[in-house]
Amino acid sequence: MYYLYIATGLALLISLIIDREKTLKAVKIAIKRFVNILPAFLGMLILVSIVLFLVPDKVISNYLGKNNIGIGVLFASFFGSITLMPGFIAFPLCGILLKKGVIYMVLSAFSTTLMMVGILTYPIEKEYFGVKLTIIRNIISLFIALVVALMTGIFFGEIF
Amino acid sequence: MKRNDIIKIIGISGYLLFLVASFVFGFNPGKEIGYNFISFSVDMLKLLPCAFILIGLFEVWVKRETVERHFGEGSGIRGYIWALLLGGTTIGGLYVAFPVAYSLYGKGAKLSVILTYMGASGICRVPMTIFEASFMGIKFAMIRLMVSLPLVILTSIALGDYLVKRNYKIREGK
Repeated sequence: MYYLYIATGLALLISLIIDREKTLKAVKIAIKRFVNILPAFLGMLILVSIVLFLVPDKVISNYLGKNNIGIGVLFASFFGSITLMPGFIAFPLCGILLKKGVIYMVLSAFSTTLMMVGILTYPIEKEYFGVKLTIIRNIISLFIALVVALMTGIFFGEIF
Repeated sequence: MKRNDIIKIIGISGYLLFLVASFVFGFNPGKEIGYNFISFSVDMLKLLPCAFILIGLFEVWVKRETVERHFGEGSGIRGYIWALLLGGTTIGGLYVAFPVAYSLYGKGAKLSVILTYMGASGICRVPMTIFEASFMGIKFAMIRLMVSLPLVILTSIALGDYLVKRNYKIREGK
């Protein structure tokens, strides 16, 4: 976690040296973005605090942990495909789930399908690109997400 | 104030009231939810300021217009590189990329380049990746990028070629 502080500090310092005004503008943008996302953030935290109370840690680490990798990844891909969630909410949520014992592989499948496969956005996409292209693109995206999840699992030593 | 906002405010204050009451009267499930909420919030607050400042710096120093101007310039590999850069600087998700991709196609961009752009706007938006690396670690973010980007480019080329050979027409007049 410290590298994040160091990276931010360095970036801020360099930016300050080069251009004071631009840096101030950047901080203003940061604050504005933060304030804008705050309500959605609070909503996510509230929901997660309740859901994680209702679902015991054991169940989470059993079904989304190392014991049932296949089920976990499929479940996560399905969930990622049918939901719409901005990355600003999704990754903090993944961070919380990671601490609760969900493995990287499952979170990788979830976040990649979330960003690339859009069942809810299908009606919009097909209006622009036609049914065929839309369906093929989504299937390919799902396939890519599964490969990414697999590689994530290998690199984090969660499988093999 | 919109109706949705009012419902949200009522929901949030109801929740907070429930937590306070639980702590006052010693209602255990409520207390546990409260501890959950506090520990998650603290975790978030440790990371959020840094992530947002990095995003602010990115927005100030990287001019999206430059990327847009160069898009479509140069054929071959450079077209894909600009597609990745444009995808990386897209704000919002895939649904924002659809109309942009459509208009780029109308301006004569190759189908495979358009597909690459859409894929990139899903996986490698810079602000989102900053968030990802902050909350999941750099290793996680890098594996996801390094594995998915080549796959996105390769499948876009394959799919683009296939559709062009089949004379696939994207709907006109949107």
